[in-house]
Amino acid sequence: MNRDRINKILSQIPTHFIIIFTILVWIVPTFGLLITSLRPSQDINSTGWWTVFTSQKAGGPYAQYCASCHGADGKALPGADLTDPNVISKYPRSLQLLALLRKDINGQPHMGDIPLPSAQEAADIASDLKSGGVTAPRFTISNYVDAMVGYRGTRTYAEDCRDKTQATDIHCNISDLLNPRGMGRAFINSLLVTIPATILPILFAAFAGYAFAWLDFKGRFVLFALLVGLQVVPLQMTLVPISRLYAQLGLNGTFLGVWLFHTGFGLPYAIYLMRNFLGSLPNDLFEAAYIDGASHWTVFYRLVLPLAMPAIASLGIFQFLWVWNDLLVALVFLGGTTPVMTYQISNMVTSLGAGWHLLTAAAFLSMLLPMIVFFSLQRYFVRGMLAGAVKG
Amino acid sequence: MNVQDVSKVRAALKKPSTSSQNIPKIMKQGKLTPWLYLLPALVLMSFFIVYPMITTIGLSFSNKDGTASAATTCRPDQSCWGVFENYHYALTSEFDFSSPGAFWTSFWKSSYGNNVTWMILMTAGTVGIGLAFAVLADRVKYEALSKAIIFMPMAISFVGAGIIWKFVYDYGTQNVQIGLLNSIVKALGGQPVAWLSRPGINTFLLIVVGVWIWTGFCMTILAAALKSVPDEILEAARVDGATEWVSFWKITVPIIMPTILVVVTTMVINVLKLFDIVYVMTGGNFGTNVIANRMYTEMYKNFNIGRGTAVAVVLVVAIIPFIYYNVRRFLAQEAIR
Repeated sequence: MNRDRINKILSQIPTHFIIIFTILVWIVPTFGLLITSLRPSQDINSTGWWTVFTSQKAGGPYAQYCASCHGADGKALPGADLTDPNVISKYPRSLQLLALLRKDINGQPHMGDIPLPSAQEAADIASDLKSGGVTAPRFTISNYVDAMVGYRGTRTYAEDCRDKTQATDIHCNISDLLNPRGMGRAFINSLLVTIPATILPILFAAFAGYAFAWLDFKGRFVLFALLVGLQVVPLQMTLVPISRLYAQLGLNGTFLGVWLFHTGFGLPYAIYLMRNFLGSLPNDLFEAAYIDGASHWTVFYRLVLPLAMPAIASLGIFQFLWVWNDLLVALVFLGGTTPVMTYQISNMVTSLGAGWHLLTAAAFLSMLLPMIVFFSLQRYFVRGMLAGAVKG
Repeated sequence: MNVQDVSKVRAALKKPSTSSQNIPKIMKQGKLTPWLYLLPALVLMSFFIVYPMITTIGLSFSNKDGTASAATTCRPDQSCWGVFENYHYALTSEFDFSSPGAFWTSFWKSSYGNNVTWMILMTAGTVGIGLAFAVLADRVKYEALSKAIIFMPMAISFVGAGIIWKFVYDYGTQNVQIGLLNSIVKALGGQPVAWLSRPGINTFLLIVVGVWIWTGFCMTILAAALKSVPDEILEAARVDGATEWVSFWKITVPIIMPTILVVVTTMVINVLKLFDIVYVMTGGNFGTNVIANRMYTEMYKNFNIGRGTAVAVVLVVAIIPFIYYNVRRFLAQEAIR
């Protein structure tokens, strides 16, 4: 290898270092959320998520003193199953536990060569055993199940259903997915809000964009300049009058109300993008069509709509992500009657104080669909962004 | 911004071009036809944007539930601005006017002060990191992947981002730290901190979240502009002995300046309207309030329509200069079409 190449590689090292460092900073928080959402709740609250990568399960005094005989899962000795609640309940505190550990078992010292744990360590072992923290598996999907059905108890949905101790609003069958407190129901609501609220503005924007690009009318320019200004009007400006009006019309809490609101608000940007795209189509195309005697309507739906597919795609992604991720509009117009995913999560944070295990799972569920859309259609997303760059 | 610069931006962004002159002469249209195509959009926009804007301005001069003038809410023993009483509240209630020093302190604790902090730091952060990353990523083989990762938070809702970062900032107990930041602090020998409830630091930590979300946006637009900088100019500078650093500041930055300005104004508008991050992470408590969250609190927690709309109008007035800039940029683009 010659000197130049080595020099070049060496000079590149700081660049690589900065880029990789930035990438890590960007991705680690999300990654931590994903790992956390897959851990049992006892683990989440006792150790950081990064400890799952250390070889032993979450260190702790149990692993140090007991695991070598009782096994990592507490089931290694059939005569002394540490997952059996009846066994554990005899030693609720460090005092009883230490007394047991000092005793001989079958003529041999209980602990063998291992030194006796301190009082504090024994207390930790006892509480770990009681909560089942020692014996639970390292990863679980029960957080996702609990989040989907809106489980609010102290154990897990599966355990409650097994022991028939579930709350009155849990039925332990498929209908739990529609529990109004759960993410399953919210997912459906989010879809019901988002799909029409994505299609409607694109449709109307295609009409208007065609008029702005290829039809001549008075005030065309002024109207379009006005549209550019409307793009940045803050949402907050319009919430109060609309919600008052909706209250009179009975549209508060209805899907129709939210669809219309998102459509109205998404239009300025959508028209702007559409008009710029349609305006860039070649002149001859339209001339030829008109010479052949096509009407405006024929040109619009036989020529313009198919050709505008790239613009429609990027607009669709934009509007989809915007509506799906929106909290404010959902909060004001839908609220708790038909909760969408963002509402459900913010509710968990602000009022119910749900544990991290539910919160992380719920957050990840809400991110799933946008992530899929984003990574599969990133090209269109970026293209749309470059053409418009401003969204209310 | 001069016309030549604008044309460069347009070339960079591959903006299509059109003008009224190149509409085919042959096309026949009734006088009504364009309006039929425009009708649904115009109706919806006037109903959902124009009409509420006007109503909001009207409501901001009324009382709690919009039934009487704001002047009726005045208390006899306090100063009053008549029908502008809601603006009196919106503009002054957070400030301490007893002395200039007290005013200065109270300003930086108010939602306005916080919005200014947000505006400066988040705009600088997103544009700065975005530009730096776009420049650096241009030189490595894994450019696409690294850009996709920086861009990814754009797909995540503010609520989701709020959860992600609340977890990073989590303050556990003295013994157990499950939040990443406090664990790092502890590993370095420091004391864990309840980050989000400590005034002074918390706003900065919320801004970090904003930067995390929006940097990808700035980076993508700036990267497209960077690709349009002609290689010959940079090559010529290199031949003349200019270092990378000098040619970046003296050549690249001036050429992409129009794009930088577009990104900056877009970010400023976004920051002024910012609501979700604060709402989810602190609810505007502990001295982290911003204007948009204050409007929500007045409106939907205190149920005071007059005050809520007045705060909204203040917000829009703050944005007007940027709307003006946006329209002017558009007109400049149209002029060269």
